[in-house]
Amino acid sequence: MCQECGCGDTEIVSVDVHERILSGNDRAAAHNREHFERSGVLALNVMGSPGAGKTALLEATAAALHGRFRMVAINGDLATDHDAERLRRAGIEAVSVSTGSACHLDAAMVHHALDDLPPSGYDILAVENVGNLVCPAVYDLGQAANVVALSVTEGWDKPLKYPVMFMKTGLVLLTKIDLLPHLPGTKIEDYEDAVARVNPMPRVIRLSAHTGEGMAQWLEWIGGLMKPEPTGARS
Amino acid sequence: MHEYSIVGALISQVEGEARRRGARVVNRVHVRIGTVSGVEPVLLTAAFDVFRERTLCQGAELVIERIAERWTCPACGTVIDRDAGLLCGRCGTPPRLTAGDEIILNRIEMEVS
Ligand SMILES: Nc1nc2c(ncn2[C@@H]2O[C@H](COP(=O)(O)OP(=O)(O)O)[C@@H](O)[C@H]2O)c(=O)[nH]1
Ligand SMILES: [Mg+2]
Ligand SMILES: [Zn+2]
Ligand SMILES: [Zn+2]
Ligand SMILES: [Zn+2]
Ligand SMILES: [Zn+2]
Repeated sequence: MCQECGCGDTEIVSVDVHERILSGNDRAAAHNREHFERSGVLALNVMGSPGAGKTALLEATAAALHGRFRMVAINGDLATDHDAERLRRAGIEAVSVSTGSACHLDAAMVHHALDDLPPSGYDILAVENVGNLVCPAVYDLGQAANVVALSVTEGWDKPLKYPVMFMKTGLVLLTKIDLLPHLPGTKIEDYEDAVARVNPMPRVIRLSAHTGEGMAQWLEWIGGLMKPEPTGARS
Repeated sequence: MHEYSIVGALISQVEGEARRRGARVVNRVHVRIGTVSGVEPVLLTAAFDVFRERTLCQGAELVIERIAERWTCPACGTVIDRDAGLLCGRCGTPPRLTAGDEIILNRIEMEVS
């Protein structure tokens, strides 16, 4: 206490923290990862711009995997249930996470959504992130791999303009390639070069959810990440 | 804009540390933000100015240290310039990002009585 007014003497201290600001999310993501590993589920974080074809990709994937692997989905949606509805119509269980004003999913939102999915009996969890090329890449959800959908109508330089998401992904799907004949001047190689300029191990698949081109390679890529024994085959 | 949610996490982290040490005032918050972290310093500062009201950070200054992007060859340690292509010029190995994606609360200056 000081003599004049009785207040406590204060001391300025400098505290070293050196911790990730998103350490809370990191912990929640690690927890999700434990869930997925324990139940043998391959969790994929599917990112990309609004309209890149993420839902269409998952619709086509659901159809293609039918009878081989069981897939479920979580759809990050600002306001509606449309994407999850589309996937339910495509024959898989899907739940929406209303993110309200948030432009990305975080690990806690995914954990919460798991409550609305069956506790077990599926092999793949596809998380369709909110359409946004920036912040979804910042939040770990506990996924085994990231996938970025980039449609050929978006412009080849998107990986250079939004490098973070493209740096962190294991796979880029160049979607809607069936549209290429209608896009004079668009060269698919420019997209691939741009990915390679920000990602040291670029894996790019040219894909069309409409014609099915590239779907086999995409499914093969998924297969490469799967545990050898699918739960469907075990029971 | 995810800078708001990042600032929310930052302030609760700072308040947690401050309370643990019995601090009444936080003077300065030092963060490290990489150039390829996905976080924009200008937006972070704007969000901090809004969120610090009625928290222990009310009068605090946010000091942002920018960390440059760096790619390093995992095999031979060579530092690679991304603009020259993401392949080690010496041994041909794909490099790894070794700096530039930081989103870190580094240090807090606070008044403890
Ligand atoms: N031509 C073509 N259009 C597609 C393809 N995939 C999606 N689309 C269209 O692109 C629009 C956005 O697709 P959607 O799956 O909702 O994108 P999301 O916002 O990323 O989920 C829709 O009108 C789709 O029909 C494709 O492979 N080819
Ligand atoms: Mg969608
Ligand atoms: Zn006094
Ligand atoms: Zn849990
Ligand atoms: Zn966001
Ligand atoms: Zn090397």
